[in-house]
Amino acid sequence: MQQSPDQIRRAYRQMRLIREFEERLHVENPKGEIAGFTHLYSGQEAIAVGVCENLRDTDYIISTHRGHGHCLARGCDPKGMMHEIYGRADGLGKGRGGSMHIADLDKGMLGANGIVGGGQPIAVGAAVACKARQDGSVSVSFTGDGASNQGTVFEAMNMAVVLKLPKVFVLENNGYSEHTGASYGIGGDLKTRTEGFGIPVWEADGFDYFSVYDAAGEAIEHARAGKGPSAILATATRYFGHFEGDPQNYRAKDEVKNFRETKDALKRIREKVTGAGIFTAEDLDSIDAEVLKLIDDSVGTARNGPVPGADIMMSDVYVDY
Amino acid sequence: MAVLTMRDALNQALHEEMERDPSVIVMGEDVAGGAGGSSGNVEAAGGIFGVTKGLKTKYGADRVIDTPISESAIVGLANGSALAGMRPVAELMFADFVGVSLDQIFNQMAKFRYMFGGKAKVPVVLRMSMGAGMNAAAQHSQTIYPMLTMVPGLKIVIPSNPADAKGMMKQAIRDDDPVIFFEHKALYSRKGEVPDGEHLVPFGQAELVREGSDVTVVALARMVPFAIKAVDKLAEEGITCDLIDLRTTSPLDEDAVLESLSMTGRLVVVDESNPMCSIASEIAGIAASKGFSSLRAPVQKVTAPHTPVPFARELERMYVPSPGDIEAAIRRVMEGA
Ligand SMILES: Cc1ncc(C[n+]2csc(CCOP(=O)(O)OP(=O)(O)O)c2C)c(N)n1
Ligand SMILES: [Mg+2]
Repeated sequence: MQQSPDQIRRAYRQMRLIREFEERLHVENPKGEIAGFTHLYSGQEAIAVGVCENLRDTDYIISTHRGHGHCLARGCDPKGMMHEIYGRADGLGKGRGGSMHIADLDKGMLGANGIVGGGQPIAVGAAVACKARQDGSVSVSFTGDGASNQGTVFEAMNMAVVLKLPKVFVLENNGYSEHTGASYGIGGDLKTRTEGFGIPVWEADGFDYFSVYDAAGEAIEHARAGKGPSAILATATRYFGHFEGDPQNYRAKDEVKNFRETKDALKRIREKVTGAGIFTAEDLDSIDAEVLKLIDDSVGTARNGPVPGADIMMSDVYVDY
Repeated sequence: MAVLTMRDALNQALHEEMERDPSVIVMGEDVAGGAGGSSGNVEAAGGIFGVTKGLKTKYGADRVIDTPISESAIVGLANGSALAGMRPVAELMFADFVGVSLDQIFNQMAKFRYMFGGKAKVPVVLRMSMGAGMNAAAQHSQTIYPMLTMVPGLKIVIPSNPADAKGMMKQAIRDDDPVIFFEHKALYSRKGEVPDGEHLVPFGQAELVREGSDVTVVALARMVPFAIKAVDKLAEEGITCDLIDLRTTSPLDEDAVLESLSMTGRLVVVDESNPMCSIASEIAGIAASKGFSSLRAPVQKVTAPHTPVPFARELERMYVPSPGDIEAAIRRVMEGA
């Protein structure tokens, strides 16, 4: 599918935003100011952006424990996210949710999710609403390779087919489910398993924005057109550990280095875009600089953001004992 | 006696029981880890909290089973293998994942022995980490033992220290009934003396951790070390307490609570769970129905608030009952308010 320079500029910026957001968190995390579990999305940027660049404002997405990339790609405010990750009262979840529970209902972002597989049936429910509204909107769920073994995913797939819903399953194979390789946990393969439910699968190179964008475009169009659910299977890797602090004993020393050198999604899009003469390296560098400044600002304000108090802990609960 | 962390005490119990009885098997996500990874390390994890370390290397992949992320099937695996003669120790990484596997727990394992005419043995141990303390937020921090304590057919074990953790794990593995074994994640690094070799702690026997005459303080899990702080501090002022560590909530040692209450006349119950239908409310109920004549003041409950576990450091700290909260409750009950 042909994309305008403006679209490509936007996609590149989104990918850069995710990359730098996560790389910065990786640097900030060991300093001890960020609490809890932080799961970074670096390495998989092309998938979230390639999918979300095909979406409309009325569509929905639901994410996983590794949610920052999906949130940013869907347009969640980076500052509000950063403040949430730092547990601030003015974060997107008022400091009550944290990294694993970032959501923005106004953006059709139904939440990152700490329960692996928990999001899939919820996304099917959103697809029921899309179908009822008859406005051509779709509901998209992101699912990891590990999560795809959860019963909820099979139930969600079957239900979406039976009800012929505008539901798009994005299967992200990053090679690992915590400390275990994807190949160990998956019986058969993700593509034929999904096709077994009668869901057509579009495969994509998860390191290549254009590959994902095109595959997602067709898959999403299928669902929008009322032909029932569809799926995108994209393969990439995660550059960091399962969570920040993971010693990664399961991984060969140079695995990530090789991926970064030979496959990197940001390098790839830069090469393609500059090679085709759409933008110059300087054009892209200025986007990078703007993004870096935004992240600098976000971290700066988040570090000194307002600390939530008892009033925040006790609000949005309808009864107290 | 050796000084061990609770993590290592549990690990020792698992090693000893696997060595002793070939029918003991272990299963769960990343209980070994590394399968299918590029490093070739066949035991890259040993459980995400390190409790199952070394088991796969020693006992092999047939007895130490890494599973896909499928909690419902993990508990089902434990149930079926138990009915077929094994002694499975299954792990749900976080107690919150009971949500994914609840049918296998409360409709299946809990009821077999009763429904099947007493013939079925279900020697399952279902281990899970629980509790706040890591800012792991609302879906990775809950203390859901009250929810499972209300189910007939389950034994509920909640150690507060390394020695009990070892003794109760060995007991749980040898028990012919399903045992839900809660491990507080903030206690994994708590150190204590642990008896070498054979050490069994029977279920339904609370431990008197401190002796005193003014107030009965009942606590469990992480609330025990917190209560020790409060009780020891007040002892310096001359207020002395019986501190009871429940250790198991089913069977529950009612006698220990009622006996102490008959001496002190004052009761404080400390529970990290939410207040409604908690162990705190259960103990208060027992005091009201069976110890009413002993009560000299209203029972004081110290619990988390009726909210999900919040993420931010400051919020989680506020959420979890603190030694200061326990101290304040003891003072209140002393004033009779
Ligand atoms: C129900 C449930 N089981 C287990 C976990 C622990 N857990 C969190 S992420 C994860 C691995 C998920 O792997 P995958 O779906 O491939 O996503 P990735 O981490 O690779 O993004 C596991 C086992 C959980 N959070 N929820
Ligand atoms: Mg994965």
